[in-house]
Amino acid sequence: METDQLIRTLAADSSRPARPVSLVLALALLAAMPVSLAMLFAGLGVRPDVMRAMHNPFFDLKFAVTLALAISAVGVALHLSRPEASLRGWAWLLLIPAGLLVGGITSEMMLPQNLPMMTRLIGSNSRVCLTAVPLMSMPLLAAALIGLRHGAPTRPAVSGAIAGLLSAGLAATLYASHCTDDSPLFVATWYTIATALVAAIGAAIGARVLRF
Amino acid sequence: MRERGDEWTALMRSAILGDSAAYHRLLKAVTPVLRAAAQRGLARAGQPVDQSEDIVQEVLLAVHLKRHTWDANAPFAPWLFAIARNKLIDWLRRRGRRVFVNIDDFADSLPGDPAPEIPAASEVAVQLQSLPARQREVLQSIAVDSSSIKETAAKFAMSEGAVRVALHRGLASLTTKLRDA
Repeated sequence: METDQLIRTLAADSSRPARPVSLVLALALLAAMPVSLAMLFAGLGVRPDVMRAMHNPFFDLKFAVTLALAISAVGVALHLSRPEASLRGWAWLLLIPAGLLVGGITSEMMLPQNLPMMTRLIGSNSRVCLTAVPLMSMPLLAAALIGLRHGAPTRPAVSGAIAGLLSAGLAATLYASHCTDDSPLFVATWYTIATALVAAIGAAIGARVLRF
Repeated sequence: MRERGDEWTALMRSAILGDSAAYHRLLKAVTPVLRAAAQRGLARAGQPVDQSEDIVQEVLLAVHLKRHTWDANAPFAPWLFAIARNKLIDWLRRRGRRVFVNIDDFADSLPGDPAPEIPAASEVAVQLQSLPARQREVLQSIAVDSSSIKETAAKFAMSEGAVRVALHRGLASLTTKLRDA
């Protein structure tokens, strides 16, 4: 086919431009959320003392950290779905959850504690955390990749990793309601390992499926 | 150079709003620039420059199917060249070449008059054959026989809406096949 013929054909395709990536991503995540929620309720359940825990600022901080991760990852992922975009000027968004964690660790250090530092760090749920967060991430990761496939990311592995951060942030938000370890040291260790794992999976899949 | 970029941006804004004549003009205007850039990129990678037309066509298809990722408040040229660079890199990678693409190949400051000779493209024609019959017939009717949507609908006893759907799906699956070829 000659290029002139192709151009004529493209101009004849008067279908409207596709929907914005943000909308497709939002719909995909909304569709996947109930699946991850069902996994939470079927496999773990919310911790029984959740009402009391909400008065503990370190319990609440977990949600601030994981939601900050999810929201900043959404912003970066949408930015990177445009072909001319680069991480420059945007990567700092991902430091917000890390900054919240550092703030949390510092405050905990300054308050008197019943348990020694290593005990708080190791906690009692590390194995559950490392299993549940990646598992609950999977439906959300699939949704995020479907949403981003709709865009035109020129660095598919990077976008896939950000999709991993996004889905791990949402899954960790769910998991935080189950986990009785509230120390920011626990969060900084085990949530981070679980998140890194999901980001690596996202990068590996993204490198294949996010090419356009 | 600045003026040319502004003109492209204006044309693309009209195109997004449904002005297919503006869209046609825009695609015609960017093609020689894309061709020159593809030839420079191929030459730099030590590849025969007569393959450039396949890359140009892949870029045009990507522009078409990903035009919703262009921000109408941003200039059009950087978006276009980002897609072109990506398609060139992808094309070289698929052929197992080590990739050194110079960003300057797609910089805004491209010379306006490229080589007049237009080499033939073959990949779109090859992949066209692997499309489902209905999509292939509609694409061929419009692209090769220069029929309108209306004439194509009459020829195949389809509704115009069905022709439009087949055309759009055909272009989308053509793009997928080219990417995964």
